[in-house]
Parts: sequence; C-alpha cells; structure tokens
Amino acid sequence: MHHTAIVFLELGAIVLALGVLGALALRFGISPIPLYLVAGLAFGEGGLVPLETSESFVAIVAEIGVVLLLLTLGLEYNANELVTSLRGNALAGVVDLVANAAPGVIAALLLGWGPVAAVALGGVTYMTSSGITAKVLSDLGWIGNRETPVVLSLLVFEDLTMAVYLPVLTALLAGVGVLSGAVSVGIALLTVTVVLVVSLKFGRFIEAFVSSPSAEVLLLKVLGLALLVAGIAQQLQVSAAVGAFLVGIALSGELAHEARALLAPLRDLFAAVFFVFFGLQTDPSKIPPVVGLAVLLAVIGMATKLATGAFAARRAGVARAGRARAGIGLIPRGEFNIVIAGLAVAAGVHPDLGPLAATYVLILAAFGPLAARLVEPLLTRLVRSSPS
Amino acid sequence: MDIQQTALPGIGLKHEFDTHSGRHIAVISHRSGRRDLIVYDRNDPDRACEAIALNDDEADALVELLGAPRIVQRLNDLHREIEGLVSLQLPIPAGSPYAGRTLGEARIRTRTGASVVAVVRRGQVQTSPGPDYRFEAGDVVVVVGDEENTSEVSDILTDG
Repeated sequence: MHHTAIVFLELGAIVLALGVLGALALRFGISPIPLYLVAGLAFGEGGLVPLETSESFVAIVAEIGVVLLLLTLGLEYNANELVTSLRGNALAGVVDLVANAAPGVIAALLLGWGPVAAVALGGVTYMTSSGITAKVLSDLGWIGNRETPVVLSLLVFEDLTMAVYLPVLTALLAGVGVLSGAVSVGIALLTVTVVLVVSLKFGRFIEAFVSSPSAEVLLLKVLGLALLVAGIAQQLQVSAAVGAFLVGIALSGELAHEARALLAPLRDLFAAVFFVFFGLQTDPSKIPPVVGLAVLLAVIGMATKLATGAFAARRAGVARAGRARAGIGLIPRGEFNIVIAGLAVAAGVHPDLGPLAATYVLILAAFGPLAARLVEPLLTRLVRSSPS
Repeated sequence: MDIQQTALPGIGLKHEFDTHSGRHIAVISHRSGRRDLIVYDRNDPDRACEAIALNDDEADALVELLGAPRIVQRLNDLHREIEGLVSLQLPIPAGSPYAGRTLGEARIRTRTGASVVAVVRRGQVQTSPGPDYRFEAGDVVVVVGDEENTSEVSDILTDG
C-alpha cells in the first residue's frame, strides 16, 4: 500500500476511535482520558492492532498536544490571581505537595528505581487534574460551594509548582551534573519570575501585539508565540511545556478568554492524541505486574488528597461535609501526571514507570469523578440526619 | 449588609451575603459572561443547593424586577437626606393633556427647572426617559426639584 494511504488509514482509525470513546465517556459522565489511554494501549506495541508507520507523526502531534494543554491552562489564570493565591494559601499548598508527592517518592526509592525516578513518580502522584476537577465541580453544581475557592487555589498552587518542577525534572532527566543542573534550575526560576513580573507590569504590550479583530490572526499569533517560546524553553532545558504555560499566563482578560475558546478544539484533538501516544509507548503486557502497586498507590493517593482537602478547607472555616467534598474534588489525576510520566518514559528512566503511571492515572481519572458523584447524596443525607 | 467577594481562579468572581431571614445567597460572575444565582443549603451552609445559570437577558430581567421598587425608595431616601431637595411621584390622570403626548412636548425642565428622573408604568421603571418618551394615562412620573418647581410640574401634568 502507498505510504500516505497507510498513514491516513491509521490516523483516521485513531481519531475515529477517540471520537467513539469520547461519546461513550460523555454517555457515562466520566472523563475520556482513561479511555484514550486504553485506546493507546490497544494500538501500541503488543496491543490488539499495532500501528506501523505513523508513530513518528503521532509523536510530534503528541508534543504539540502537551504545549496546547499547558498553554490553555495558563490562559485560564492571570498573573494577579496567581500571586494572590500564592500568598493566601501557601501553607495548604505545601501540605498538598508534601503529602501527595511523598508516596510516589517513597515507592520509587523502596523499589530501588533511583532518585530521578523518585522525583518523576512523586510528580505523578502529586498533581490533581485541574481539567477533570473543574468538570466535576461544574457538573455537580459545586462551583458555588464555600470549599470551592480552597480547591481552586490548591489547583493554582499545583500548576505554579509544576512551572518550577518541570524544569527541575527536565534537567535531572537530561542526566546533567549537579552544577549544570543547578544552572538550568536557576534559569527556570529566573524565567518564571521574569515572565510573572513582565505580565504583571507589561502584559498590555504583549496583548497589543497579539490582539486582532480576526479570529484567524489571533489563533495564529497565539499558537505561533506559544510554540516559539516552547522551543526556546526546551533549548534552555526549561521544558517546552513550561514555556507554553508562561505564554498563557502573560495573556489575560478578554483576549485570553477569546484565545482559549479558539484553541479549545485544537487542544482537544492534539491532547487526545497525546494520551493515545502515551498508551502507544506502554506495552500492555507490562501492566499486570504493576497493577497491585498502582492500586496501592491509588488508594494512598486518595487518602492523602482527602486529608489535604480536609486540612485546607478546615483552615478556611468550612464545616465537615464541605471538608470531605474538598478532598474528593482533589482526587482525580489526569493530563499533567501523564505529561510528567511521558517525560520520564521518553528519557528511559525505568521500564516499569510508564505502565505504573498509566494504571495509576487510569484508576484515579475514572474513579475520582465517580467517587464525587457517589458521595454527594451520601453527604447530603448525613447532614440532614444530624441537624446542627 | 456585608457583601463578601471571593476570587475563583480560572472561573470568575463570587459575591455572597446573608439575608435578614437567615439564608445565604451568592452570585457567581463567570468570565464568559454567564451568571449563577446560588442559594445555599440550610443544613449545610457550605453547599450550594440551587445553582441557577442566567444568561445576559435573564440577569437583566431579574435586576429590573428586583430593582424597580428600590429606585423609587432610594429617591425618597435621597429626599430625606438632602435638605430642600424634593422628589415627587406624580400620576398622569386619565384627563391629563399629556396622556399620549411626549415628555419633550411637556417641556418640563425648561418651564419649571425640575427634572423627570423616571417613569413607572405598570410596575416597570423607565429611568431617565428621553424627550420622545410618550406618557400614558396611569403612568407615575418621578420628579426631582425643589418644593416650588415640583408642584408646578404637578399642575402641568394635571391641567397643562
């Protein structure tokens, strides 16, 4: 068969399969991310229908998917919000980081995977999926709840932590020495700070450059800028994803809102392919040996997020039912855990890390929203039966 | 009344307060322009038991309905606060020469110096009506001025 024909057939099959899986996820009210991962497992090496030729193209699409995920995340926030959130909730944010990264770090060290894998696995167990959590909050009508600002500011803190964490991880994965590693972390911190200051003080200049009455021009300018900065960031070993995130932060207000709406369909396509690509790289036959560990980590991951949410909500003066909801809202893991695991897998840290992360995210991306749905009526009844 | 404002990063702003009847309510202004009217649970004051999404038109309509009687009341408060300032609510009687004619034709400000700040028609308030606003019998005209010129307006609207 002609090369182009094969590529089109394979890509068509992937995207169509994702569409069908997306519809399925919608039908059952769950996040499509676990289904996309499963699709990747089916298409990949050792899967049901392995791909032959288009894997290198899919790899590029997946990279762009990561850039778009982080760019649209950055567009959701403006620099002011980040700074305010950081000031008000630093303690809860640190508790979140320590309590949730620790299980991953400890597990990797106990397994003898080495310190680099420990840093990567810590990131995988730490991050809550802001995408899935936002969807849970909105689907269950929890946005107005009094614990919700607490949950949202924890998510903001996590996203900011990621802006510092990803460059550190990138440097460690590149296997650079302590000195050049420290230099690249220094560059990363400096870049993040400079971008925050620039967008606080001079955001309007960037906006004046990007802004356009034409949706087409706006889309091209924002996407071009994000890819360019991502490329520079990658070259400086700061991580492409962080570059894109910072571009998103620098844009704010109406412009950011418009750009987000324009980029959303692109992000959905490219990010879906990214999840498939991660699945592609994971050999399904490697999963069964790590299932036990993944389940154990998932259970611990739920407990630590519940405790984190309860602690943070309690500090904000929220009562018991609200504390439980805050914890449950934080359980879902998803896109960014896979982004972190993807970096580690690409660097070949440990053969079991990919399958473990995939299983972990599969469990928590699917179970997190489900838990919220199940617990909601339970909590309501509990409160009704014990009037305060 | 104490209105609390909370930022919802990535979503928008929340304004909330307690009513005198002991309920807690809030309005969430989404960045997309959507508004949610939130009513909190009596038993679990942290939980939104009703979240009603309103589009622009619906939010405007609600503001109008809740705000209409308040405008007249606020004018009366203003009247009480500022010595010498008078606001009157003057009905257009069925036999008024201006029923069916416009505000511009009445030349109220030119003739008296008082201002028509609003017209209440069937419970709806039209604030700052323009010169082409057409009066109907039964309208209540809200006039602001001093003791003398507001009573002149009253005469104009009744007898021409």
